[in-house]
Amino acid sequence: MNKEFKTIKTEIRLPYELAYGATWTRFFEGMSNQILYGSKCEKCNRVLVPARTFCPRCFIDTKEWVEVPQQGTLTAWSYVNYRYFGQPTTPPFIGALIRLDGTDVDFVHLLGGFDLSDFEKVRKIVKNGMRVEAVWANERKAHIMDIRYFKPLA
Amino acid sequence: MGKAVAIIGVGQTNHGRRMDVSYPDLVREAVLRVYEETGLSPNDVDGVVSGTMPSMMEGVALTHFYFADAMASAGKPILKTETCGSTGVSLAHTAYYWISSGMADLVLAVGHEKMTEGDSQATMTTVVEPWYQRYFIAGAPGVFSMQSQMWSVRYGLDEKKVRDAAAYISVTHHDSAFDNPYAHVKIRVTAEDVKNARVITYPVRLLDVCPNSDGACAVIFASEEMVKKLGLKKVAWVKGLGYRGEEYFFGDSDKAVWQSAVQAAKQAYDMAGIKDPRKELDVAEVYNPFTFQEMLFYECFGFCGLGEAPDLVLQGTFGRKGELPCDPSGGTLCTNPIGATGLIRTAEAALQVMEKAGDHQIPGAKLAFSHAMGGVDQFNGVMIVGSER
Repeated sequence: MNKEFKTIKTEIRLPYELAYGATWTRFFEGMSNQILYGSKCEKCNRVLVPARTFCPRCFIDTKEWVEVPQQGTLTAWSYVNYRYFGQPTTPPFIGALIRLDGTDVDFVHLLGGFDLSDFEKVRKIVKNGMRVEAVWANERKAHIMDIRYFKPLA
Repeated sequence: MGKAVAIIGVGQTNHGRRMDVSYPDLVREAVLRVYEETGLSPNDVDGVVSGTMPSMMEGVALTHFYFADAMASAGKPILKTETCGSTGVSLAHTAYYWISSGMADLVLAVGHEKMTEGDSQATMTTVVEPWYQRYFIAGAPGVFSMQSQMWSVRYGLDEKKVRDAAAYISVTHHDSAFDNPYAHVKIRVTAEDVKNARVITYPVRLLDVCPNSDGACAVIFASEEMVKKLGLKKVAWVKGLGYRGEEYFFGDSDKAVWQSAVQAAKQAYDMAGIKDPRKELDVAEVYNPFTFQEMLFYECFGFCGLGEAPDLVLQGTFGRKGELPCDPSGGTLCTNPIGATGLIRTAEAALQVMEKAGDHQIPGAKLAFSHAMGGVDQFNGVMIVGSER
């Protein structure tokens, strides 16, 4: 291919090791044991998930740990059908906002457990307000993908 | 309230895939144009503010250092402002604060991005942390599609009507881009083309989404004393501005009635004394990388009631000859060099009230609204400019 002007190909790779701190360490230890932890703010009474060190609205430490139900209601979803470099989840996939029972914020995760290859079929299955439930991975690594996805409850 | 501030000149690059120039040369193209337009020189300005998306976009960190020569900023106070997609409007705000405080009389604001050199969506996923949200957010289309989807279900909007309205927006903005000499994507599309385009993130299809663009925008802001000293007659006075951010986690706040958008607009309206935006504004440059999301913005900005936008779009209310023309430049949908895009919105609003918008001039425009948004649905900024002090 003829190019009028030259270009340079370059890449940046940098290693990181990010600290979870006490709160998120406990949250992910919970995930490895199939427990979803949230925290309750004693001022606004909201249950936040994933668990937080502090309530972002009241700006006070959250002291109460809550084991959050693993069923919830679909708030919104997006069928993702494009790729980019380093994408951690292979498309097509469905990103979803899920209001877990007894919580006051939406938990971001995937919808799955059904054929995602044909979008026209997908849109007949997925509806806002539908009930969903966490499906855990057999091998868990104290990681957000210890939940494989949330599946629709028939 | 601080001192009065005006926009006195605008310079834009020819936006598009610009592999004919290096990134600094691209920035300089906009800077040269604003100095040519105003008749000023770099020696005249008191300070420079520049901004981009995250530096991973082009793989060079601290771009205000990289562009020190291209912006002729050596020996001057320099600031960098970076608020993701809303960077451009934040640049305008920064210049405003600087002059309004009385610390400067002339400030150069420069927004820039060279998106075709990197992987834009991979860059955008780096704005979220890698242990939770990065697995699910999928760049800008993933987030903003979810938001649009939430909005249309919230108001029980008919899916076909929303689809038709979004297609209408795509067709009219693509047409408008032909009247903007700096716009990137210049193609004629039909509603059928839009509705049959490939799904990117449902309901967003290829023609509902902005391009990756290379481009820069330079704007000179001046104090009232400087406007008088230079004897300028046609300037764009800053009438109002507002900005709001939200919590970090995407699921923590409601995005269907997007409070940061609502409150940023309200702050700007209060400052400008605007009570009925649809009636009082003559033109708006809404940051619209996605057709569906543009309708949500109309509602958050009070251009119409909640859930009303699709009907009004289909009636032409926000078209070029409508009651409140939105994005006569073709908008972000046709041109999106992100770090520049918000400043282009403000620049286009200024050009409208200075009657310098050329073929996409809205006749008699005296009060213009500009906006940008960003983050993972976190940030909204507004600046309103007018022809009268």
